[in-house]
Amino acid sequence: MHVVIIGNGAAGVTAAFRIRQHQPDWQITMISGESKYHYSRPALMYIYMGHMPYQDTKPIEDHVWSDKKIELLRDWVVDIDTQGKKLKLHRRGAMDFDRLIISTGSKPNKFGWPGQDLQGVQGLWGLYDLKLLQENAARTKTAVIVGGGLIGIEMAEMLHSQGIHVIFLVREKSYWNHILPPEESALINQIIVEQGIDLRLETELKEIIDNGQGQVGGIVTTSGEEITCQLVGLTAGVSPNCDMVKETSIATKRGILVDQSLQTSAPDVWAAGDCAEIEMPEGKRNQINQVWYTAKMQGEIAGDNVAGMKRQYEPPLWYNSAKFFDLEYHTYGQVNRDLNQELNLVWQHPREPKILRIVHNRAMETIGIQSMGIRLRHRVCEKWINEKQTPGWVLEHLAEANFDPEFYQRHEDEIRSYLGKQIQ
Amino acid sequence: MIDPELLNYDFDEEKNGFAAPQAAVDSPALSSKEAMGRALLALGSMGIVLQVTVGIFLGSWLGILLSYGLLAAGAILIFLGRFQGTHPGIKHDGTMFRDIQNRGVLGWMLGMAITAFYVVLYFYDDLQNSWDMPPLLERPTKMLNPLAQLLSKGDANRWFLYGFLYTVAVCVFGFRMLLKYRHNKYQRFRTLSVMFFQFGFAFLLPNLLKAFHQPEFYFTYFWPLKYEYLFPNRIDTLKSSGAIGTFMVFWGLLATFVLTPILTWRFGKRWYCSWVCGCGGLAETLGDPWRQQSSNGQRSWKIEHWTIHTILILITVLTVGLWFDLGSWTASYKKSYGFFVGAIFSGVIGVGFYPLLGSRVWCRFGCPMAAILGILQRTWSKFRITTNGDQCMSCGNCSTYCEMGIDVRGYAEKGLNIVRASCVGCGICAAVCPRGVLGLENGMSPSDRFDGAQSPLLALTESIAASTVIPERKTMFPGTCEPGNCQCKEEAPES
Repeated sequence: MHVVIIGNGAAGVTAAFRIRQHQPDWQITMISGESKYHYSRPALMYIYMGHMPYQDTKPIEDHVWSDKKIELLRDWVVDIDTQGKKLKLHRRGAMDFDRLIISTGSKPNKFGWPGQDLQGVQGLWGLYDLKLLQENAARTKTAVIVGGGLIGIEMAEMLHSQGIHVIFLVREKSYWNHILPPEESALINQIIVEQGIDLRLETELKEIIDNGQGQVGGIVTTSGEEITCQLVGLTAGVSPNCDMVKETSIATKRGILVDQSLQTSAPDVWAAGDCAEIEMPEGKRNQINQVWYTAKMQGEIAGDNVAGMKRQYEPPLWYNSAKFFDLEYHTYGQVNRDLNQELNLVWQHPREPKILRIVHNRAMETIGIQSMGIRLRHRVCEKWINEKQTPGWVLEHLAEANFDPEFYQRHEDEIRSYLGKQIQ
Repeated sequence: MIDPELLNYDFDEEKNGFAAPQAAVDSPALSSKEAMGRALLALGSMGIVLQVTVGIFLGSWLGILLSYGLLAAGAILIFLGRFQGTHPGIKHDGTMFRDIQNRGVLGWMLGMAITAFYVVLYFYDDLQNSWDMPPLLERPTKMLNPLAQLLSKGDANRWFLYGFLYTVAVCVFGFRMLLKYRHNKYQRFRTLSVMFFQFGFAFLLPNLLKAFHQPEFYFTYFWPLKYEYLFPNRIDTLKSSGAIGTFMVFWGLLATFVLTPILTWRFGKRWYCSWVCGCGGLAETLGDPWRQQSSNGQRSWKIEHWTIHTILILITVLTVGLWFDLGSWTASYKKSYGFFVGAIFSGVIGVGFYPLLGSRVWCRFGCPMAAILGILQRTWSKFRITTNGDQCMSCGNCSTYCEMGIDVRGYAEKGLNIVRASCVGCGICAAVCPRGVLGLENGMSPSDRFDGAQSPLLALTESIAASTVIPERKTMFPGTCEPGNCQCKEEAPES
């Protein structure tokens, strides 16, 4: 049995190890055009800023691959023949497979802006973008970043750390406010400005100007303002990367369509991670999950199913974390999902960048907990939300959820007395 | 269709890595504090050179002020300048790009300079007798006479010089740590603690004891790190010197046999290694810029495993041999141990190799005290580093900045507690984690840390027999199995 995995990100690697765990004798081949070994994509910014060498971003030591007999190929898959079970590789030509996992991740969105293919315009997704950023930054004094999401703020931090003047265009009234509630969003606006980034809210890109040599010379905003810059970072979200699948018989919509066992429309072909669009039963909305842990989870499910077990993907209670410059953010459950039943209890520190939010419904069941500047325990928050505890109960037990380092200033008493009044 | 540009991408990241990015901007101007600091460093160095060569102000308070005083003030100004105007938070920009922090030419030169200093310091007499070395340390020692007179009512010797330099390094670079981690109370308290114990207990108190004609004694060093404290002849000498000496014997026994097990049970190894110990204190302050040099591969763990326990056995055999007077071999054994372990390993290599192998070479591969604390920590301590659910995204900052070379990420990404003999509980992994995944915790009991922790002896034998460090987990996300039909554990898959 020969299993081929396309892509060596979190989903593909997790799947490979799962298959090996169950099937010691199967041949496993993992193909990536991006890097020889698996590395942690979220660490790209740390390589660029000099916090970590590339070598340290590899979670698995090099020798493990040969120990586990997982063959690694540096190549790009350009076509899949699902009938004949053959892949076409860019450099090596044809390759047969018995079972296939597609885990090609996402790719940055481009919206057809005039000038978006000029030299100096780029996203930040893989190692090739990092290489490109090094080349582009070398002639950059001012950079414009378009798109107010997580990758945009990372890119701003990276370029700012080099002393480049960064102008950050955000379409919305406030940073990431379609995901974050107003208080959190406003706090991040403030942090971005304090760090010395030129934040332009409600500003959109109209076109990118050629400097006469095929390179970025500046941009024009939709309000007609011209900004001189040498680099444009496009970070307006990502979408499933199904470029290679589009011309095959495998069904796609926004992503590669799979059922809950992560199997695609083609026999013996599975898809996992950011590239997969999971069709849910009972008319529930299709799931496209594009975070690190869902990729790992789906990799595990896909790997188990490929190895002959039967497992179904159920999205877990939503959680995520991020860091905006020096500000940490944890979120659990439903927060700001525009549910009409959603009620919020919000505490904000008068001076320091700290926010705690408890979201509940009219039945007084806690449905979400979110924090900034305070670390919260995943397992505890998850348990409370699953148990449908009341906000009063959560406030009472808040100290149990705190995960800040020892000796840190605690705020449970303040939070309890401030928010406690609001629920009575 | 795949982007044709991508198809052409064949950069070899393994071979070439990613060097420091350049930007078309002017490098920031030196702050006035930093410029002044550099000037003071230059003046202070000149002060030393003049005193050592010509002898101006040699042995006077003015001389100390114009040399070490200016150097310390200069370094403090440079640190103030560097952190001025920055935001409280992790400060590792450019760490991997600086030659001196990454085994570049400057790194090697610094490593060799510190090593040479230790060789001269430790083997001064031998070098003078058999190699005819000029009296290199005579004047640098004499420079400190006023301070030595004030504290110990005697002239400085070269061990006073060493203690002085050591303490200044801990305090000045401790000040740097206080600035660097000003947002993190755990780091601030811990740094103040090592500064306090170094200054008070490893420098001030021993010199005051000397002034009052009491035996030399360091209350913060115990057997087997300070191995002679439990040697029979040392105990006899201490006992015969009076009440204070007898208390010292009592303290040494209490520390080794009572305090160490109790405190390690309660707080883990960290109560000593990163809060009290002088070797740890220097590593956590002067050594901080090089903590990322510690290798965190499996191979290093295998070496460390052997060396540190071998040294523990060596010193235990020696101590037992001396107590039971097991023969004349003990005398030459004692001398060899002092030479190879006491001087070469803990001093010359331990500190000299900071810029090359990281700040904890001795603590990780050699220190027998760390070995005992490690066994206790592994088998019956309430301390563990906990992982916050499934939030880890494997970036690796924790492993990179672990000075003990623990692959922290290997545990964090599996959601496991980190219970490792070598962990000194410095807390930097928890500080650098960008997702708030790691936390140092003293739990309710030692037995809830990992599978098998309820039986310390079994845990010990298993950890000795282990061929890999990080256990595998059956399934990472047990919650994703079908309810009532979990097949991920038992059922054999198709063949």
